Amino acid sequence: MTAYILRRLLLIVPMLFGASLVIFLMLRLGPSDPALDYLRLSKVPPTPQALEEARRFLGLDLPLSTQYLNWIGRALAGDFGTSYALQRPVLPDILHFLPATLALAGTALAFTMIISVPLGIWAARYRDRWPDHAVRLIAFLGVSMPNFWLGFLLVMVFSVHLGWLPPMGRDGPPSLVMPVIAVAFMSLAINARLLRASMLEVAGQRHVRYARLRGLSDRVVERRHILRNAWLPIITAMGMHVGELLGGTLVIETIFGWPGVGRYAVSAILNRDYPVIQCFTLLMVVIFVLCNLLVDIVYALADPRIRRSTGDTA
Amino acid sequence: MTTVSSGNSRGIRPLNPARRFRLGLFWIAGSIVLLLAVAALAGPWLVPHDPNAVDLASRLQPAGSAGHLLGTDHLGRDILSRLIAGTRVSLGCVMITLAIILGIGLSLGGIAGYAGGRVDQVIMRVADVFMTFPTLILALFMIGMLGTGLVNVIIAIALSHWAWYARITRGIVLSMRHRDFLRAAQLSGAGRFRIFVEHLLPATFSQMIVLATLDIGHMMLHVSGLSFLGLGVQAPTAEWGVMIADARQFVWTSPMLIFWPGLALFLSVMAFNLLGDALRDRLDPHLKGAHA
Repeated sequence: MTAYILRRLLLIVPMLFGASLVIFLMLRLGPSDPALDYLRLSKVPPTPQALEEARRFLGLDLPLSTQYLNWIGRALAGDFGTSYALQRPVLPDILHFLPATLALAGTALAFTMIISVPLGIWAARYRDRWPDHAVRLIAFLGVSMPNFWLGFLLVMVFSVHLGWLPPMGRDGPPSLVMPVIAVAFMSLAINARLLRASMLEVAGQRHVRYARLRGLSDRVVERRHILRNAWLPIITAMGMHVGELLGGTLVIETIFGWPGVGRYAVSAILNRDYPVIQCFTLLMVVIFVLCNLLVDIVYALADPRIRRSTGDTA
Repeated sequence: MTTVSSGNSRGIRPLNPARRFRLGLFWIAGSIVLLLAVAALAGPWLVPHDPNAVDLASRLQPAGSAGHLLGTDHLGRDILSRLIAGTRVSLGCVMITLAIILGIGLSLGGIAGYAGGRVDQVIMRVADVFMTFPTLILALFMIGMLGTGLVNVIIAIALSHWAWYARITRGIVLSMRHRDFLRAAQLSGAGRFRIFVEHLLPATFSQMIVLATLDIGHMMLHVSGLSFLGLGVQAPTAEWGVMIADARQFVWTSPMLIFWPGLALFLSVMAFNLLGDALRDRLDPHLKGAHA
């Protein structure tokens, strides 16, 4: 088990290096010239001479491999360069906005689990009866609902009409309610549907039938024999949800004026502000990879087949 | 899949109301999709007004006002006309994306399945990376690299979706590679390309159609979401996400400006999802009930 975790941890290092290389190369080999963008954002007219100087200043005249090593070397020391548009160091700015984003995405993940798990169990328990139909309807609405539209609908109802919740900003738990629902609704729907399907599949297996034949009560069968197995796909799906929730958060932030990294990143993307795009994407990859590592470890702990192995089969 | 429900086993059910309900849903979804297709193809002849005609004299008219069934926006542009014009942008964009994805997915999946060995490993490893990475963040990065605009949104979405198609194609090729009729085709002198096009491609159709239909809704959400952020289709163009972004400052005064384009998007996505579910039940029986 420990060996498995250690191996997964070690695997992260080459993964992140690979990701950083891909991010760097794609931006450099992309269609536009960073020196030109630099001059545009610094509001300097792009004369040939100015371009030449900007290239030298930004180190774009060096070989690509040297550029990459310089960038990654400084990045490891926490220096991701200076934003072209704002003329400020990138990392401190992103780290300033990131906690709000992580708070929103994290709450949304918790909300997803807290709501979807009971819904999925409920639907499976009352298969083809009205609770099942209700949950399936919710699931269906959830996968078709544009999250940014849902955000506005919530604002219309709960802020404009009823005046119950603040439409903007980050100010205590009430301000979290609508953004969290808007971010989480789709993942919640997918998750409830997944758990229902998974439970129904396990419920048809022989060991469950045997458990029922032994005269165990429905509740005991559900808890001990169905849920314990049906739970596993949900853990795997959590890794996927983390990515979707993070992406959703970036969109929803702009609606609720949530002071997260979303608007900062979007304006950097609009400006083609390379140092910011590089740093932002790499940080998102790191967060995503770490969350998936966590999910894998939880999975390994939950699945006795991996838990009891020495790490060779996993 | 048989489930033993404790106690009262109801036995085989006759063609029940649930089945009829599903059939009804299927027809509703089909009608909406047909309506969307008509709006996308014949939009310029259907619109009651020029979708981009600014008329400041009649700005922010409510729904049902003279000549404007759904009212007008902050520049006096007719909302219904803009919704219809937006259908073409959304669907057109999605269809082009889908064509690219099918092209990449089928060819790379086919090559991986046929070639095997190292080629297969490399292709599938790359596909794995694209599949695990969250689509929106990948799309954001691609747009950061390529710049904003419709074409780049199409490229970004295509790149974040192709891997599923490649994987399924590869699976089908692998499972059929050693069938007798393929050997026979090989012996009769057909080349690999011809075998792929004539014998393997048709076998992928049903799964590709199901996957594509279910994906259309997803892609529409992405196109509109990116346009809403200002990264996709740009402002004067009538696109549903752009319309919502335009209308956001009127959420207190004219909330219906946000409501209509969102509803159009929601209904379209829902219709394609319903259609996809129905097609899956029809064409891909072993998936039945897995997600329904």
